[in-house]
Amino acid sequence: MVTLCILATGILLAVLGLVVGYIAIQGLPGLSWSFFTGTPRPIGEAGGGMAHAIAGSFILIGLACLVGIPWGVLTGIFLAEMKRWRRLGTLVRFTADVLSGMPSITAGIFIYTSVVISMQTFSALAGGLALGIVMIPLVARNTEEILRLVPASMREAALALGLPYWRVVVSIVLPTAARGIGIGMTMALAGIAGDPVPLFFTALNNNYWSLDLRQPIASLPMEIFRYTAAPFAEWHTLAWAGALVLIAISFTPMLLVRIFLPGYRIRR
Amino acid sequence: MAGIQVEALHAWYGRDLILKQVDLVFPGKAITAVIGPSGCGKSTLLRCLNRMHELVPGARVAGRVVLNETDIYHYGVNPVEIRRRVGMVFQNPNIFPTMTIFQNVGVGLALAGRQRYRHRQLETRVVKSLQQVGLWEEVKDRLHRTATGLSAGQLQRLCIARTLAVEPEVLLMDEPCSALDPIAAIRIEELMRELKASYTIILVTHNMQQAARVADFTAFISRGELIEYGSTPEVFLRPRDLRTERYITGTGG
Ligand SMILES: Nc1ncnc2c1ncn2[C@@H]1O[C@H](COP(=O)(O)OP(=O)(O)O)[C@@H](O)[C@H]1O
Ligand SMILES: [Mg+2]
Repeated sequence: MVTLCILATGILLAVLGLVVGYIAIQGLPGLSWSFFTGTPRPIGEAGGGMAHAIAGSFILIGLACLVGIPWGVLTGIFLAEMKRWRRLGTLVRFTADVLSGMPSITAGIFIYTSVVISMQTFSALAGGLALGIVMIPLVARNTEEILRLVPASMREAALALGLPYWRVVVSIVLPTAARGIGIGMTMALAGIAGDPVPLFFTALNNNYWSLDLRQPIASLPMEIFRYTAAPFAEWHTLAWAGALVLIAISFTPMLLVRIFLPGYRIRR
Repeated sequence: MAGIQVEALHAWYGRDLILKQVDLVFPGKAITAVIGPSGCGKSTLLRCLNRMHELVPGARVAGRVVLNETDIYHYGVNPVEIRRRVGMVFQNPNIFPTMTIFQNVGVGLALAGRQRYRHRQLETRVVKSLQQVGLWEEVKDRLHRTATGLSAGQLQRLCIARTLAVEPEVLLMDEPCSALDPIAAIRIEELMRELKASYTIILVTHNMQQAARVADFTAFISRGELIEYGSTPEVFLRPRDLRTERYITGTGG
């Protein structure tokens, strides 16, 4: 049993190492100055870059966090702390689980029918919303689980000091859980940062540099998808480099949270 | 004599009747020990005295608890207010791990609803509370660091300081020494003797020697009923009820 566990872990680590290593080897040569500053050139011309997609990804991720994090955290607090609403909580929890299990394309379709059609254009806004919707159930359920790990004895001690319930939640339980909640956020972020699927019906893609939230916008996953599908060697190099940058964007927040949110390590 | 009067107290967890018809007076400025076998309802009794009992879903209380002329279960009485007047110390020293020592002691004041404490006032109270529990000398150089590295006994005294900082009238102590080594336990006992000059102290303990050493009065509870109550020597030397005698001498509850 122990051997099996070690074996499974070892294989997982090896696969991770291989994938990241391979992407690094393939991607590093493409990381030039122009990769970060340039935009796509016409087919056949060498050079060009992914500045538009990097900026686009940042905007989309930013919008998604703006929607997904507050909404998710508040829902998580509702689920964990509002005991009087247990019935509704059960329903919300079930919905969240179903949502997080659904393919992310459903979020795209939902935003397509509700936002894209009424705005009559694909847009960064729609893309960010779609990604945000994917984030909500992930952040909510993780927040709930982490809040539940805060020992009941700690809440009791705070309540026994004559602190009102919400003070205890906001000033004692949340800070205690901050690290775990933060780590959950970054995991949700990494999940959506690399997902092109919700973007097909929402942000679509854009060949040019654009920061306009009401216009279609490029993103790393969409560009990687487009470049790898094309039969040009230069584009493949760009795609590999893009994948490497995407990995960096996804995992930097995780590292930062782990380093800078020292907080209380809840024993899991 | 100010203190807490308990009249016809009943307490339930859901359908289970845990405390039956408890009538009892906890005199002010004295230590009353509550003893009895595990699960007899000692903690429940304590939690009824600061309205913590009702926090458990389905928990219910009937009867009267009078704290210095306030019927704490009277309609309209704010339980949060009562918990500020009746402090509680638990078995495990449960400090707030994200906070510094200073914040831990001041938290009850700093986060209190209405009056915002000015920093100077807060500091005075924190220092005073730490001095009261004899921890000031030990932690004064590290007030603004977290409490990691303090011993269990020091942590428990920190928890007592945290409770005292709110200036309660009553101190409920639920087996405060059970998780401590004997030397640390003796320090807490000394502390209780000092504190009884200004507080009403109710001590739940499994340690008969401890009850005999520190308590002025002793109440014996068995299966949710108050079996015996009197001055400590009375209860220990001349128990009126056979069940008390059996429990104290360790020949069955
Ligand atoms: N949160 C709870 N929910 C339901 N029953 C409880 C709860 N806490 C305690 N009880 C029950 O109440 C009885 C008294 O418990 P307690 O007051 O903790 O006993 P003691 O402190 O004397 O050991 C026990 O039978 C216990 O099982
Ligand atoms: Mg108990």
